[in-house]
Amino acid sequence: MTVSNEVGEGEVLLELEDIHMSFGKVAALAGISLKVHKGEIHSIIGPNGAGKTVMMNCVNGLYHPQKGTISYKGRRINHLKPYERAKLGMSRTFQKVEVFGGMTVLDNIRLGRHIHLKSGIASGSVWAGKTAKEEIEHRRFIEEQIIDLMEIEHIRHKPVGMLPYGLQKRVELGRALALEPELLILDEPLAGLNLEEVEDMARFILDINEEERWKITCLLVEHDMGVVMDLSHRVFVLNFGYMIVDGPEVIKAYLGEEDLYATRR
Amino acid sequence: MQHEGSVRQNEIEITEDLTIPKLFYQQARKYGKDRVAMREKEFGIWLPITWQDYLENVKYIALGLISLGLEDGDKVAMIGDNRPEGLWAEIATLCARGIGVWLFRDCLIDEVRYIIDHSDTKFLFGEGQEEVDKAISIFNECPKLQKIIWDDPKGMRNYDEDYLISLKEVQQLGRELEKEQPDLFEALINKGQGEEIALLFYTSGTTALPKGALLSHHNMLTMGQHLMAVDPCLDTDDYVSYLPFAWIGEQMMSISCGLQIGYTLNFPEEPETAQENIREIGPHVMFAPPRMYEQMTRTVQVKYLDSTWIKRKFYEFSTYVGYKVANLKFGKKPVPWYWKALEWLATISVQKKLKDHLGLSRVRNAYTGGAAMGPDHFRFFHALGVNLKQIYGQTEVAGISVVHRNGDIKFDTVGHPIPGTEVKIAEDGEILTRSPSVFLGYYKNPEATEKTLIDGWLYSGDKGFIDDDGHLVVFDRTKDVFTLKDGKPFAPQYLETRLKFSPYIRDSWVIGDKKDYISAVLCIDYSVVGKWADEKKLNYTSYQELSQMPEVYDLVEKQILQANKDLPDVAKVVKFINLYKELDADDDELTRTRKLRRAFVEKRYEDIVAALYSDNDAVHIDTIIKYEDGRQAHIKTDLQIRKVAN
Repeated sequence: MTVSNEVGEGEVLLELEDIHMSFGKVAALAGISLKVHKGEIHSIIGPNGAGKTVMMNCVNGLYHPQKGTISYKGRRINHLKPYERAKLGMSRTFQKVEVFGGMTVLDNIRLGRHIHLKSGIASGSVWAGKTAKEEIEHRRFIEEQIIDLMEIEHIRHKPVGMLPYGLQKRVELGRALALEPELLILDEPLAGLNLEEVEDMARFILDINEEERWKITCLLVEHDMGVVMDLSHRVFVLNFGYMIVDGPEVIKAYLGEEDLYATRR
Repeated sequence: MQHEGSVRQNEIEITEDLTIPKLFYQQARKYGKDRVAMREKEFGIWLPITWQDYLENVKYIALGLISLGLEDGDKVAMIGDNRPEGLWAEIATLCARGIGVWLFRDCLIDEVRYIIDHSDTKFLFGEGQEEVDKAISIFNECPKLQKIIWDDPKGMRNYDEDYLISLKEVQQLGRELEKEQPDLFEALINKGQGEEIALLFYTSGTTALPKGALLSHHNMLTMGQHLMAVDPCLDTDDYVSYLPFAWIGEQMMSISCGLQIGYTLNFPEEPETAQENIREIGPHVMFAPPRMYEQMTRTVQVKYLDSTWIKRKFYEFSTYVGYKVANLKFGKKPVPWYWKALEWLATISVQKKLKDHLGLSRVRNAYTGGAAMGPDHFRFFHALGVNLKQIYGQTEVAGISVVHRNGDIKFDTVGHPIPGTEVKIAEDGEILTRSPSVFLGYYKNPEATEKTLIDGWLYSGDKGFIDDDGHLVVFDRTKDVFTLKDGKPFAPQYLETRLKFSPYIRDSWVIGDKKDYISAVLCIDYSVVGKWADEKKLNYTSYQELSQMPEVYDLVEKQILQANKDLPDVAKVVKFINLYKELDADDDELTRTRKLRRAFVEKRYEDIVAALYSDNDAVHIDTIIKYEDGRQAHIKTDLQIRKVAN
């Protein structure tokens, strides 16, 4: 896979235009623009505090930027709340896993199906007819598509809080997938994982991007340069609020060719 | 107890003519679509596969192989987890008159290359991407290999090598061939003869490169019949197939016995879920190497340490009663009524639940074999009320030759020969076996065959004797037997298994042949000792650091004192060392079935051995170790040598 930042080909799924976001006098984002193309993996790199997570939070609606436009599939979504954006087909994982520790793996993933539940309170409270049928369909989806893909069969009935960190990350990704998103925001999916877990996670990301079943566009924030260069179609560099580059040559100059793979030894 | 099924072992007559495919065809037509031949857990649900489905899948794979160019006697290798497709591939190979070869799933590339090349394999069945990757990397070095067949599509989207073909495509080829020649499948099956070679099985080999044992249909079928004559099974029984098919014990249970009895084979969802799936099925019969039972013991012991006071007391009571009753039974003494009453109490309070958690609640016969099992572990299961039996066998007799009988169990023996089997002891103490199941010879290795097969007797290379009750006692591998300081022979495995009864010790290696005293190299169990250290608020960052802590040495010393108890002074462990890593099959230190490769470790750790027999109290290690994920680490450390305060 080659990294190329030439803008042009492919439908634009998400577009940020001149985004400004300040906390008091600190300008976390100062005029960021970028385009995310459908079907690609876009990575954002940059030093700690560069504003990567703030940008993710703006995209998914946790923060609302003071200035600028966020559009998704050509529609302006600045005013939408996170759950409304989720309904449009956007889901995310967090840098520090945000799972419900006391709930089982299955229940955590089921929660991700919430927006696809159609039956109402009345039928839900007696759990009969439509709801029961729907539940079974969702369970089938979770088992066949998500648990199988994430290889978490052995822990499906375990409370997530008891699992090792690497598995919690997988469960979180599983929950994000349960939404069947078109755009998946992954905030440091590899942080804190060992080499084997990194390889697994990288494989899952490629699977959900390439498999016909999923074809999900990914927006990835990551520090592991080796993985970023291997996975991404495009890379953006963010430096304290400014988008400084978007091109492989500059990244090499910025990091040095050797350092590229030296981040994880 | 009432059973719907019928005892069937006498109904099948094994003639010279009978082959595995013929028996399979007969059974599949008899049971048809009304009976479940196997189940596999998929997507959280147990999916049944009837004998009809089983037959059809096998038929089309077999015809597919023919259409790919399989000829009589061609080798077909299989690698992957236990799953229906693996078994279909094997039976289909036999139906198409090929010879089956199984590889362990965790074989490294070199082992795969050696076996594929040595066996002249023509087709290789791999499960998914991992196996296909292995096969692709050796494809050019194995000129006889023509096609690689895979069945799990996950991750396979970017492969376009023309020698790759999916199982579905193979079956499609089979369907097309059937249209042209509808009688071909039956004709192929009818051609077979009992003495033809069915399987080429590579022995794990504690000493040298694996050797390929040739087993005929007749070998396999008589094996199943003779075992089932001792402990009959029913066609309504369940069996869980989760141990590698590359291990002869699994072949014996799944094919030799499974086809004759017609019991249902159950395949776990993933290797990691096996224990949970066993519990769901509750099998009636079980055969596993000692390490599986050791693992169960360890689980129980660790849970015991973790549980509350009242639960511990109940457990202590029930094990006390259990041991007492088991010892009476071992001694063939009557159990007095008050012990029976207490036993009942122990059963309802603890043992029933415990057995359920281990998946042993319905087990009629549990067998262990393949390596020595310590008497402590053995007693543990009998105290729990599990009818655990030792067996003795090897690949070269297609499974087993000796087994315990109900009510006649001695924990230091392996029992009596099964029907049709003669066992005698040579003058030098070597165990010799003769039976219809003794193999045909080693593939492409006439020298080894000559040494092993003499006048129809199989020379096992194991030392043993027959005791006053006619039970066979297996001492140890001939070359492993120690001579102690007082000139007596000593089996190191005996002491090693005693040491392993401690939940804190995962592996042990005892040294002391022709030396002044016995010493031991131990590998702590990382998770159990790690947990113990956490509770003691001891900080550590790695296995190596944990293993060298003085507190851990104290803990291990206590375990050794326990193992040393009741042993004569010359047989006690005097010095020990905690190794900085666990022993691993990938480093050639263990075989794939986790047997210690003594000669190899002695050479590899010669510095440690030398230090144990010097006056030093530490040994310096400067080495490079390779992790499973490919990383390398330079280890520079001093290993402490501790003298046990006997």
